[in-house]
Amino acid sequence: MRRLSLLLLAALVIALPLSLLAGRVWIAPWAEPVPNATAILMELRLPRGLLAMVIGAGLGGAGAAMQGYLRNPLADPGLFGIAPGAALGAVMALFLGLAAIPFVLPAFALIGAGGAMALLAIIAGRTGGIALFTLAGLMIASLAGTLTSLAISLSPNPFSTSEIVTWLMGALTDRSWTDLWIAAPLTLAGLVVLWRTGPSLDALTLGEQAAVSLGVEAKRLQWWIVLGIGLVIGAGVAVAGIIGFVGLMVPHLVRPFTDRRPSTLIVPSALAGGLLVLVADTVCRALPMAIELRLGIALSLLGAPFFLALLLRLRRELA
Amino acid sequence: MLSVRDVVVKRAGRTVVEGASLALERGELTAICGPNGAGKSSLLAVLAGLLPAASGEVMLDDRQVPAIPAREKARLIGFLPQQADVAWDISVETLVALGRLPWRSVPGRPARASRDADRHAIASAMTAMELEALALRPVSQISGGEKARAAMGRVLAGEPEWILADEPLANLDLSHQQALAASLKGQADAGRGVVVVMHDLAAAMNHAGRVIVIDKGRVVADGAPEQALSREVIETVWQVPCQWLGEAGARALAMGQSVA
Repeated sequence: MRRLSLLLLAALVIALPLSLLAGRVWIAPWAEPVPNATAILMELRLPRGLLAMVIGAGLGGAGAAMQGYLRNPLADPGLFGIAPGAALGAVMALFLGLAAIPFVLPAFALIGAGGAMALLAIIAGRTGGIALFTLAGLMIASLAGTLTSLAISLSPNPFSTSEIVTWLMGALTDRSWTDLWIAAPLTLAGLVVLWRTGPSLDALTLGEQAAVSLGVEAKRLQWWIVLGIGLVIGAGVAVAGIIGFVGLMVPHLVRPFTDRRPSTLIVPSALAGGLLVLVADTVCRALPMAIELRLGIALSLLGAPFFLALLLRLRRELA
Repeated sequence: MLSVRDVVVKRAGRTVVEGASLALERGELTAICGPNGAGKSSLLAVLAGLLPAASGEVMLDDRQVPAIPAREKARLIGFLPQQADVAWDISVETLVALGRLPWRSVPGRPARASRDADRHAIASAMTAMELEALALRPVSQISGGEKARAAMGRVLAGEPEWILADEPLANLDLSHQQALAASLKGQADAGRGVVVVMHDLAAAMNHAGRVIVIDKGRVVADGAPEQALSREVIETVWQVPCQWLGEAGARALAMGQSVA
């Protein structure tokens, strides 16, 4: 397990500097010197690359924890309604025209994530049961989605509509060091929380009742999961919008290389998620298109067929 | 001693255990028998501290079971649920090792000693359940009976003082049923308290030191197998005409109109 993590870490260390070379203009030591190369590298590409790693790590780690908690390989961190809640918060900032003020959009997104978490806790937090909790999450996700649509339909002018719609697609274009400073500590804190739930998630492998008999405190575990997912997903949506499928795909790709216990999956999934989003974002940036392909769209294009293949495989296994 | 006094258990508003009082001893294999829906699993879950009692007391020695911290309770009472439901395709050895979870980072235990104890406990549980040859096999690739043994191995790996198992003999073929029953008896002889829900009355008759029969949430018989599972009790509770055949320790239950 440790070897897998080291391997992924090494891949990240190699991929990050390489990713800095790619873009609308290629910057390479052996190529012709580019004007403002230092500024492009230090102010645009480095924070963007690091942010891609942070967002991807959060999504990968959160996906692994979610799948472990729900005991379901099709679970995604978006299921609890925290991502749609955060998106609703960000959309409100755009709707009210406050997004230009520094920190307001991410703050609104984090408030939205916090609201979704509080709602989850109020509806489902009494018993610690997982089924009710999942249903509550789905309800919150659909409520937040509906309110987001409402905001779009009521938006004061076409410009703000397009701003909201574009933002919802998720991207890392023009992100700065500030965004990194917002997302990185929250994501790291969330990942530590999720990592610490590992042994409890392992116990859940045997079902809820067996897990409790192994000393898992269901209610407390639920709180930690909500907190961890909330920090990671809230921070991610706050700076990058909604980026789907990473949390679903990455744990699947990593699982065969582990002993399949959820606890051994969280760290490698975080590293692999960072790698996937970094590579995907670099490809988006380097593609010769008039308008840059949005990262969220690119990953969904990759993720939907993956999801389908996964469903077909599960169907075959069940048959 | 693991005991309940005047315990009432409600599930979804329905009373499933009505005022049960029992005291179970270490060193004994106790079977809980009863018809479907009699409240056997609920009683077992209450004894394990997994289901709250609506009223009454559940005690382990001189402590209230619900008040024992979760991890400590898990080290004292090992519980085997009815279904061996494994979410991920882990190996048999990994599954058995999950039984050590309550022992991780126990205050005052050095890490090395703890690792050695884990390894030893896992190895002896694998041996006891004859799982060595299956150690690396994923659980999706073993039979139902092998899965039942692996699940029992997981409980044994936790080295609990009490083993509470909900129908561990179901799904096992005759020889493994016999072997597991003997192994449970061995655990009891080694000083552990073993409480097992059993559907197979002959298995209870032949292996248990004590049988508790419950019907409609009430304890209707409690004692040595010959008394608690007498023909009269079985005919009253299960309403099946029957007769015990064979010698003590190797009895079979004949059922049907013609035996009456």
